[in-house]
Amino acid sequence: MTPGLSNLARKLAAIGATVLLGGLLTAALVRMSPGFDSDERLLDTRLARDSQAAARAEHAANSNIVRFYAHHLAGMLHGDLGESPSLRRPIAELITQRLPVTAELMAFGIVGGWLSALSLALAAVAFRRGIAARTASIFSTFLLCLPPAALAVLIFTWGGPVRIIVALVLFPRLFDYCRNLLEDAYARPHILMARAKGLAPARIFFRHVLPTAAPQFLALAGVSVSMAFGACIPVETLCDLPGIGQLAWQAAIARDLPVLVSLTMMITIVTLLCNSASDQAAV
Amino acid sequence: MKRYRTTAWIVLAVILVLSLAASFVPGWSYKEQHREFINASPSLHFLLGTDALGRDRLARLVCATRISLLLAAAAAMGALILAAIVGGMAGYLGGGFDRATVRAIDLMLSLPWLFLLIAARALLPLDASPETSLLVTYFLLALLGWAAPARVVRAGVRGFRQSDFVLQARALGCPETRVLVRHILPNLRPILLAQFWTSIPIFILAEANLGFLGLSASEPFPTWGNLLRDLQSPLMVRPEAFAPVAAVVLAVLCFKFITPWGGSQV
Repeated sequence: MTPGLSNLARKLAAIGATVLLGGLLTAALVRMSPGFDSDERLLDTRLARDSQAAARAEHAANSNIVRFYAHHLAGMLHGDLGESPSLRRPIAELITQRLPVTAELMAFGIVGGWLSALSLALAAVAFRRGIAARTASIFSTFLLCLPPAALAVLIFTWGGPVRIIVALVLFPRLFDYCRNLLEDAYARPHILMARAKGLAPARIFFRHVLPTAAPQFLALAGVSVSMAFGACIPVETLCDLPGIGQLAWQAAIARDLPVLVSLTMMITIVTLLCNSASDQAAV
Repeated sequence: MKRYRTTAWIVLAVILVLSLAASFVPGWSYKEQHREFINASPSLHFLLGTDALGRDRLARLVCATRISLLLAAAAAMGALILAAIVGGMAGYLGGGFDRATVRAIDLMLSLPWLFLLIAARALLPLDASPETSLLVTYFLLALLGWAAPARVVRAGVRGFRQSDFVLQARALGCPETRVLVRHILPNLRPILLAQFWTSIPIFILAEANLGFLGLSASEPFPTWGNLLRDLQSPLMVRPEAFAPVAAVVLAVLCFKFITPWGGSQV
């Protein structure tokens, strides 16, 4: 096996181990949580004795955490994520239905956040003492200090476009890094030389600055996926958008073990793959 | 920058002193319900008006400021102690423990912070007493916030492990624990201090988000997160309802200026 392939295999194995560990940890935490053994269905007096027994058996199956996890993993390998005890629907169906909402919100957020952060950071670096640079800096600082949930509620209450909320949450977190990276890149000797030679600003940016800062930008791109999902949770919950973030919140409130484990594993896989892909691209 | 930092220190100190001093004002309670003044507008008697239960908004904001600032700092300290222990041991011992710690840190950092928090918070009783729910919220922040500082501490300890003074201490027969506690940890003070100041605004914002989602301290305790929930009701969106937003923004802004690198990690 070539060194490149063995490195890739090692990274994939590490991702797999982390995902399995994350799933097991979530399952163990939910199992240990107070009130796990109670089932509200058993309080329903209309339930016949055999229905109550079936509910008890279902709960007992989830009580042994190792057995539950092994069973859940075996199901996952066959594409069966099980059924949500709180929503009474297959988890795969819940995720499939809600994924487009979150994907759209995240896509708008990531693209919008990156475009605004990069363009304003560029303006801030190009015109350091200009009004645009200062305004961008103040705007970024203000947004950074505002809780994402407050931002979501304010925009939602005032009838603003909900899609831009994730972008507004990402913008200040990306802006600071982008500005610092660009400042660092523009201060490099070869770029100073290019400027002294009178090269066009666009040519300097695309041919010299961007390749210099690309590895760090790519690493940041991987992290921004996780940031965007984190921002989706309050946005979807507070703006009543039926996405994965809202599902995660509902599952957490209802202590829905299978949904929480599936979501944790899914989110861990996505974020780790994004981070690894950005790391690889940066190399 | 130094001017901003000094101003931020002064503003934070004034906010903290005022919020602490307010607890000694007799008859000014955050939970007393004035039933004849429900949803009252600001007046001389109630400077920020009252909420839906007739409670003085200003008294609640002052109490929330005290709770949020002090407990966020306590949670940051807790997270830092945990990070120093785990990261320090991983960096110093190396080997299998180091690899397992790095994997655990990767796992904690790969999951979105808010997802991790709501999942962990929901596992704990939601109908606990107000005091318990308050402590549980901040305890969780401390328990889950160790990963990022631990990574920095681990890197710092690994850097010092092969340094000359550590080698010399070992050569003189200094026990490993003493090397770690007396020689390496004091050198990590700048790193730990920077991580402490960075963690506080992160925890303040995290609590605000949890409060919005109904997973922070339960009534009647006010925290900034709980007070921000008033904004969810369109009827309550009046200028005075934005006072908690202003308080959070001001506090986080001050911490941003205090943090050595401008708090871009927030």
